[in-house]
Amino acid sequence: MGNDSSNKEVEIPLYEVFIRSANGLEHRHVGSLHAADAEMAIMNARDVYVRRNEGVSIWVVPSACITASDPSSKEMLFGPSRDKIYRHPTFYNLPEGVRNI
Amino acid sequence: MTIAREETYDAHLLSFVLRLADSALIASQRMAEWCGVAPMLEEDIALSNVALDLLGQSRHLFTYASDLEGGSRSEDDFAFLRDPHEYLNYIIAELPNGDFAQSCTKSFLFSSFAKTVWSSLLDANDSRLRDIAAKSLKETNYHVEHFSSWFIRLGDGTDTSRQKILEGLDYVWPYTNEFFDDDSILISLEGVLKMKTNTLWTKWIEGVTNVFASARIDLPSTPDFICSGKYGIHSEHLGHILAEMQYLQRAYPGGRW
Amino acid sequence: MYNQSLDKGPLKDDGRDQDEDRRIEFEHNVLAGYTVEPKDWMPEGYRKTLIRQMSQHAHSEVIGMLPEGDWILRAPTLKRKAILLAKVQDEGGHGLYLYSATETLGVSRDLLYEDLLHGRAKYSSIFNYPTLSWADVGVIGWLVDGAAIMNQIPLTQCSYGPYARAMVRICKEESFHQRQGFELLNEMMNGSEKQKEMVQNSVNRWWWPTVMMFGPEDKDSVHSKESRTWGIKRVTNDELRQNFIDVTVPQAEILGVDLPDPDIRWNEERGHYDFGEVDWTEFWRVVSGHGPCNRDRIEAKRKAWEEGVWVREAIMAHALNEKVVDRHG
Repeated sequence: MGNDSSNKEVEIPLYEVFIRSANGLEHRHVGSLHAADAEMAIMNARDVYVRRNEGVSIWVVPSACITASDPSSKEMLFGPSRDKIYRHPTFYNLPEGVRNI
Repeated sequence: MTIAREETYDAHLLSFVLRLADSALIASQRMAEWCGVAPMLEEDIALSNVALDLLGQSRHLFTYASDLEGGSRSEDDFAFLRDPHEYLNYIIAELPNGDFAQSCTKSFLFSSFAKTVWSSLLDANDSRLRDIAAKSLKETNYHVEHFSSWFIRLGDGTDTSRQKILEGLDYVWPYTNEFFDDDSILISLEGVLKMKTNTLWTKWIEGVTNVFASARIDLPSTPDFICSGKYGIHSEHLGHILAEMQYLQRAYPGGRW
Repeated sequence: MYNQSLDKGPLKDDGRDQDEDRRIEFEHNVLAGYTVEPKDWMPEGYRKTLIRQMSQHAHSEVIGMLPEGDWILRAPTLKRKAILLAKVQDEGGHGLYLYSATETLGVSRDLLYEDLLHGRAKYSSIFNYPTLSWADVGVIGWLVDGAAIMNQIPLTQCSYGPYARAMVRICKEESFHQRQGFELLNEMMNGSEKQKEMVQNSVNRWWWPTVMMFGPEDKDSVHSKESRTWGIKRVTNDELRQNFIDVTVPQAEILGVDLPDPDIRWNEERGHYDFGEVDWTEFWRVVSGHGPCNRDRIEAKRKAWEEGVWVREAIMAHALNEKVVDRHG
């Protein structure tokens, strides 16, 4: 059992919430909420984010566990793929009359 | 005066339906008191959900009660134009919320009982009650989950929270006696409801015992307390709840809302 | 997750502040309609303005639960009770979405909330007026939510992604709020004389405070220009106020209530309704904490927060207990 000695209240952790709106679709980020642990986060997510039948499955992740890419590395991370146009089907010319390809 | 057998039967069924309807409505009214002042914003929203579920259950039950009577009273007539002695809810539903620990304890014990009742009614010889039970059971399972998890968290939290849970339990526990003591209505409706108080008790105590174990709290002994809200004899709290709840309907009879 | 780097950018070789270049690029991008996301570079003023505006918005939602919440227990029918409960619950949810969006800017909800409880943060002036009759519940839906929606729809296009997304969700959920209010009043206006009086009395009290909700006139609004450049607020206070009056006057006629402004009349030339002078003294008194309910609202929230301290401590202690058990058990 814990004791009550803390003077300053500890902030209840933040969780990111992801909802699958229907089977066949991926989970989508919908926002965040506070909860003491993952189990409570699932319950809170159910009450906060699916009040109107918005989902069939919930993921919660402690916000502190997410590592995000740095926007200043945008060019390095995402720039190089821009000129690889041969990755897209429209890059290739096929003779008239070719079907099913 | 001799009362025809059929009529006795309907009157008992009506009493039973109103007992469930009133318990849900009064529990909802109490739960709604938390709206806006819960310990955290997430919980404000969760408790409103529970209050809405209970309110919805009471409305389904009042509609059934109205049909049983032949439609002479609407759901609002039942809710707003009956006096305390005509209310048939279990007294536990009308108890003041107290602090959050007391409120969670009360809701944990009450929703656990509601769960056993709804489960049992799935086998009733009454299709309306079976339908209402099936819908309510889903909601009630969540209420049990929610409040048992609070009971465990607070029971196994800090010294302060444990103390508050114990005090809340001390206040609320005796009222659970009313769930299982003599019940002439259940006996007379046994053929329809297929419900026995001792079976309800066995199921209820089993679920409750597990939660107490997780919260590391000893199960109190079986109470000897007298309470009979289900026969219309209430605590003093109900009159105040109704005075507030019924105010507009009483002050402006026949108004349009 | 979204910790914002507050370090100042290094100086370039030519001695110019790199932030200045970034700021120009930033404003250019926003003007071109780019959405700003939490980890993107942003001028400190933009971040501060957002935190101020978004947290005020969040505070307004949670404080807004109180005046209407006061009538949940007294709602006159079970249907109305369910509607009101669901609506007040939505307001809590909207407060939560907005706090959540504000937290992406690197501030914690607890800190923002403490500012509210200690009177350091502002919230919508409207919630410092009392709800005195059941008709007030309808009038809040019709007028107050009507004004709020008018304010909120442009915010779904705001330049900051998390705010815009929260507003999309909020606007979608709020669509029933105004309608239920109008319907409630319409029902009462078809009732007894007493009920009609109740509605008129309520409109008389709420009309001007609602007109004030859009904030000071553009000429007196301090933050307007910056908010516009940064794509935070795309429509001005005066424009919103005029829109609101234009759509509301015909609704009042259908309802059969009088709006307490003798200067309201259609102006053919402008294509708008003219209206009377707002009592800005009253507005500033309320904003500065001297409205009829400022103290009660904050006190109710402060009391709830303090009474919840042991609960929040307990759940953190329990989570820790569980972790210890997981590791050793």
